[in-house]
Amino acid sequence: MPILEGQGVTKLFGGLAAVSDVDFHVDQGEILGLIGPNGAGKTTLFNLISAALPLSSGEIKFKGQKINGLRPHQICRMGVSRTFQETKVFPNIPVLQNVLLGAFFGTPAHVSGAAAASEANQALEFVGLSKMGATPINDLTLVNQKRVEVARALATKPELLLLDELMAGLTSTEVSEAMELVTRIRDMGITIVMVEHVMKAIMGISSRVMVLNHGEKIAEGTCDEVSSNRQVIDIYLGEETHAGS
Amino acid sequence: MNITRFVSTHKKLLLVGFLLLILIFLATFPLYAGKYDVRVLTFILIYVVLAVSWAMFSGTTGYMSLAPAAFFGLGIYAMALLQKELPFPLIIAIGGALSFALAVLVGLLTLRLRGMYFAIFTFGLVVFMTEIVQYLETRLLGRHGQSIIPIDNDTLFYTMIGLAVVTVLITYLIRRSRWGLSMMSIGGNEEAAEHMGVNTIMVKVFTFAISAAFMGAAGVIAAPVLIYVNSNIAFSLYYSFLPIFMAILGGTGIVYGPVVGAVILGYLDTTLRSSLFNYFMLVFGIIMVLIILFLPSGITGLLPILRDKLKGVISKLQKANEGEPHANT
Repeated sequence: MPILEGQGVTKLFGGLAAVSDVDFHVDQGEILGLIGPNGAGKTTLFNLISAALPLSSGEIKFKGQKINGLRPHQICRMGVSRTFQETKVFPNIPVLQNVLLGAFFGTPAHVSGAAAASEANQALEFVGLSKMGATPINDLTLVNQKRVEVARALATKPELLLLDELMAGLTSTEVSEAMELVTRIRDMGITIVMVEHVMKAIMGISSRVMVLNHGEKIAEGTCDEVSSNRQVIDIYLGEETHAGS
Repeated sequence: MNITRFVSTHKKLLLVGFLLLILIFLATFPLYAGKYDVRVLTFILIYVVLAVSWAMFSGTTGYMSLAPAAFFGLGIYAMALLQKELPFPLIIAIGGALSFALAVLVGLLTLRLRGMYFAIFTFGLVVFMTEIVQYLETRLLGRHGQSIIPIDNDTLFYTMIGLAVVTVLITYLIRRSRWGLSMMSIGGNEEAAEHMGVNTIMVKVFTFAISAAFMGAAGVIAAPVLIYVNSNIAFSLYYSFLPIFMAILGGTGIVYGPVVGAVILGYLDTTLRSSLFNYFMLVFGIIMVLIILFLPSGITGLLPILRDKLKGVISKLQKANEGEPHANT
């Protein structure tokens, strides 16, 4: 049974359809890659799932339960967490407190201070920042700020994690490390949907790929199926695939 | 360096001792000080409550509220109208409760607004309160302004100490709790806070209301000092801006920052304003501009910088004493 399902998901900005009548599903335990050119509606779809934006029409179900219409904090507490395309850490509190916030507020149950602290420390260790708990956020590099975001999302104990361009702006080595991190998160039993422009990452670790263009779903399938799809090659991958990268 | 070691190991004890000394100083103040000085200190304590409770909400969440005067004035009017009917402590509670209720109402309406819009709305609230109270007063009571029966100086002073202590203590407890953490996260990035499970609207409205309750209670206690009020006096925007300046001067990053700012500006305000009014406001304005430009974290924001400088000097001196052979170790 799919963990997340969308039917006729549509978002209109004025007359423009940013996401148009998209049906999708995410299976338990998979890594779904979400790709498409700039402005295809990938981030908008994330914002609809996490309720940053209301749907214009359609329905989204998480574990069989309708979630559109709920508020973002309620969706987080149900087990859907996310990171942001332009990192949104809390610059006014240190690293550990950033993650603690997720541990305290991200679950429906009341979490004791000690439990939250151990949860936060575990999450920091998982992303490789265990020694940086007391560091002010602004002293961190971009890649480490992204790791804090991942740790903060993990501290909310999600079942489904939405990663929005985790690898954007990272060096090649950092991309490989991030791919390894995403795989480890999947191995913990957390289902992942990732928006990514870095093809190496998408093709390397996704179990399935979904392609959006102008707000419409134009292809869906395994990495091989998608990368050999004529339409996808024409409008999105273009020369890059022909060059054999 | 035995002294520094002693200070660092007994930090909590020293802090509690220091706070006790302040309390003892305050509690015994009327015994040796004159009537006028007690009154000055009462006013300073009123400003402490206003500045601390303003910073409790606006300093953490980043929502600039210009509404302190609305809640303070509501407290003043609660006292003016109920003084003959009810006992003083009950009116303090009612002043707090009325302000709390008004803040919940306003908060639910406006805390979905971000940035400028919230500041402008809260500014409007003060103006609105001035007008509506004046209208109701003339319509229903057929008079303009209220005289308030004075209460004995010392009673007011001790009540004000009590309120100030409660305000600072509760602000401190909130700040170090998970609720305080959620307030900071809203100030840091509200959208991210929401997506990490924080019910941002509830946190904002409730914190706004708590801070308003303290302002309302302060208004009740301040009323007898003023003797006569009308709606322009009670809801004067001065009571909005002065506490904000105090909090910014002292620094909103830490609980005692606004206390420091309120003591300094409150003292200057009550002692110098009557004699040097024009020059005072001029100098005051320049100081505010300089602080916002060069010292955005306020006076208390200077402390960590000074401490680091001092540590640097001490370690240099130590190295110099130990002599050259040890310099590399």
